[in-house]
Amino acid sequence: MHELAVTQNLLDIALSKAAEAKAKKITRVNVTIGELAGAVPDCVQFYFDVLRKGTPAEEAALNFTSVPARLHCRQCQSDFHPEDLPWVCPKCGGLSLEITGGQELFLESLEVAE
Amino acid sequence: MKVKVLQDIMGANEVIAGRNRELLDRHKVLCIDLMSSPGAGKTSLIEATIKALNDRLAIGVIEGDLATTIDSDRIKKTGARVLQINTGGGCSLDANMISLALKKFPIKDLDVLFIENIGNLICPAGNVLGEHRRVVILSLPEGDDKPAKYPIMFAGADCVLLNKIDLAPHLDFDTIRVRRTITGLNPKAKIFEVSAKTGIGLKDWCSWLISERRKRLK
Repeated sequence: MHELAVTQNLLDIALSKAAEAKAKKITRVNVTIGELAGAVPDCVQFYFDVLRKGTPAEEAALNFTSVPARLHCRQCQSDFHPEDLPWVCPKCGGLSLEITGGQELFLESLEVAE
Repeated sequence: MKVKVLQDIMGANEVIAGRNRELLDRHKVLCIDLMSSPGAGKTSLIEATIKALNDRLAIGVIEGDLATTIDSDRIKKTGARVLQINTGGGCSLDANMISLALKKFPIKDLDVLFIENIGNLICPAGNVLGEHRRVVILSLPEGDDKPAKYPIMFAGADCVLLNKIDLAPHLDFDTIRVRRTITGLNPKAKIFEVSAKTGIGLKDWCSWLISERRKRLK
């Protein structure tokens, strides 16, 4: 998807939070990415390595926490993790499905050094 | 030292999108984010809609493309106001591009603003622009499996147009299957079967558009 924009935003937020904390260096960036958020971690890592050059995040490790996709079947009320596309409820075969998890895309925390 | 952040990475986009929406609300303009694969008929649908509603609604168009002014040149011929954005390779429009475009666009003279997004069923689903309604076009030649393969795009649509419906006799496109998948992902989505080329079904789509615009006047 649009990982370049995602990574640029991620870095901008990290740098501004580190500046607020008066930190000289960012050592670790903890990111949460849902399975359905449309951002591929390897791709974010690639852009991160390019964009961080010359910033206080130059040597930061990027750590990803993945959130699995969750669907709720409106027909039989079961909740499940879809294994593959197309989405079908494994219990009742229903197609009336609500996305209840996996679209998260946020910067969880930073580890910084003075 | 650990610094808690818990900040949405695309939050900055959403803040700008919120400002775009406020600006459009001030001028009572209904804004539609129109999305689809390349070639599904976004520009043709806008052209046909402008022709059908010319005497009822003032329609403006922001055209998003990687490059060229092919689409905006087509819209210009209808007499509607149009502004071209070229993303230079970017796979989706974002709220900031729309914010800059709105500064150059006479929105106070409009009733409806169409934003024709980049042709692609993945990236545009993740970016809000400031639109009031999201409309997705699925054209019959693309195949009836697309909502199942790109569920995020269809789960977020307020309205789905099944375009090129005039080709139905020549294709194995199962409209019942498609409707079932879309409604399953998104029970509230309106679905219209249309042909921008022949005009089939445009009446219902235009009525929906007029009623959505009316909601903006309150």
